Amino acid sequence: MELLAAGSKWSSLPDFIFNGLSLGAIYAVVAVALVVIFKATTLINFAQGELAMLGAFFVYVLNIEQGLWLWLSIVLAMAITAGLGALVERTLTRPFDPADHLPVVLITLGLFLIINAVAGDIWNYQVRRVNDPFGKFPGWVPFWGGDRFIEVFDSRLRYQTIGIWITVIGMLIGLSLLLNKTRAGLAFRAVSSNVESARLVGVHTGRTLGFGWALASAMGTLGAALVAPTLGGVNPNMMATILIYALAGAALGGLDSIGGAVLGGVLVGIIQSVFVSWLGVVVLEQHYMSILQLATAFLVILIVLMFRPSGLFGTRKIERV
Amino acid sequence: MSDVMLKVEDLNASYGAVSVLRGVSLRVPTGQVSVVLGANGAGKTTTLRAICNMCNTSGTIELDGEDIQKTATAEIVRRGVGHVPQGRGTFPELSVMDNLLVGAYTRKDNEVRDDIGRWFEIFPRLEERRTQLAGSLSGGEQQMLAVARALMCRPKLLLLDEPSLGLAPLIIEDLFERFAALNKETGLTMLVVEQNANLALEMADYGYVIESGEISLEGPAEQLKNDPAVQEAYLGA
Repeated sequence: MELLAAGSKWSSLPDFIFNGLSLGAIYAVVAVALVVIFKATTLINFAQGELAMLGAFFVYVLNIEQGLWLWLSIVLAMAITAGLGALVERTLTRPFDPADHLPVVLITLGLFLIINAVAGDIWNYQVRRVNDPFGKFPGWVPFWGGDRFIEVFDSRLRYQTIGIWITVIGMLIGLSLLLNKTRAGLAFRAVSSNVESARLVGVHTGRTLGFGWALASAMGTLGAALVAPTLGGVNPNMMATILIYALAGAALGGLDSIGGAVLGGVLVGIIQSVFVSWLGVVVLEQHYMSILQLATAFLVILIVLMFRPSGLFGTRKIERV
Repeated sequence: MSDVMLKVEDLNASYGAVSVLRGVSLRVPTGQVSVVLGANGAGKTTTLRAICNMCNTSGTIELDGEDIQKTATAEIVRRGVGHVPQGRGTFPELSVMDNLLVGAYTRKDNEVRDDIGRWFEIFPRLEERRTQLAGSLSGGEQQMLAVARALMCRPKLLLLDEPSLGLAPLIIEDLFERFAALNKETGLTMLVVEQNANLALEMADYGYVIESGEISLEGPAEQLKNDPAVQEAYLGA
């Protein structure tokens, strides 16, 4: 009996790993969005999650209320939030001295509260069901067409997890091409590296920062649209805790490293799901651990800041003078 | 092209409430090298920053006959000013190649690769290190990269902010020889600010001395070299 129970505990491990990977993918997307803005401005945009939540509601309005095709709704919502992001940069952050971070960070915090309250006013705080882009494998997929999951080690690897990962990887490849192969990307990397010199090669730094905000906002919306079905739908508070986890992921990976943000986001997802939920709650039966999930994010940030402030892949200044 | 590439008249510059330049006037004739000498804090860097509209200014700044006093920095670069700021001004997190490519950001022609090849010939060390991050180069290499980067926009006026700062004497000499050659071979107009008066006056046609934000002395380079006040203050004679 004892053995059997232990066996079932172990057999649930893949479930928690898959769940961690799926959560981690979303944290990774939001963490990358945070890093894109951080690289350009060295500040944390606390409104990142709320802009993404707004994007998820745009998807809801376009897809559920207006009946547009889901993917088209997602792309449109990304475009709208990109515009909003650029607008926020232009109107709320650009007038301030970029060397003085506190006012701008406070503004993004204020924006967090404002967007949340406005969304709550328009859509109230009930969870609204949305369509899942990855509910069932499409019919043309051999073996699994029409199924919701694949059986792996007696556990369910859901199409949702696979689909989210495919989308996230596609987005990262697109981002990498955009930053490394295009003129706008080169300008963005130049501004991230040295604002003053960027101006001196003729880069319009304001426009470039707006481009970064637009990019980050669109990515956030994609993340929110992907995570909404796993949360049962959209609601104005959906991104608040995700932002905290994403922040922990970004800090873990190194705030100025996009690759680090991806890995950090995934690690936080795994830590949360495998170490807290599975090891703590299922195996050790410490049920209070489930309440302490958010504390893991805090703990990760704390440990990183104490032992490796630049994160796993963040650059400590390499400049030789 | 007008005879005078850069004409600055009665220029005042400030950072917030701190006034740095008071009534500075200078001109750089087309094809020539002018130098501004001065001690730390005299306003040398601010003079160059003011020309590129990187601080608050009043007065006249004309580039090739056109008023640029209120023009945005990025636009001034488009009009043909290459600026090598103090402390190199490269992009440390970008590769040498990307530094040069971003230097050509304002250009739309298809000769960018040819130009990179040309600067690689002049600065072979850069070619060896083309894939390396700029931040990992030595001080001298970074200075070369900063100059090559500034030249990538095909400027008609090159502003050099203390290119000798922090470099070994041999490297400084080598660098100034290259600047002189650039000026002779391509007719590139330059405005150099320096503390190293010896080398600067060697390659310059005309010089100014700036003290506490005001031009205290000016004249042909030869004449300044022999001026007792300059010798005492800057040439260590």
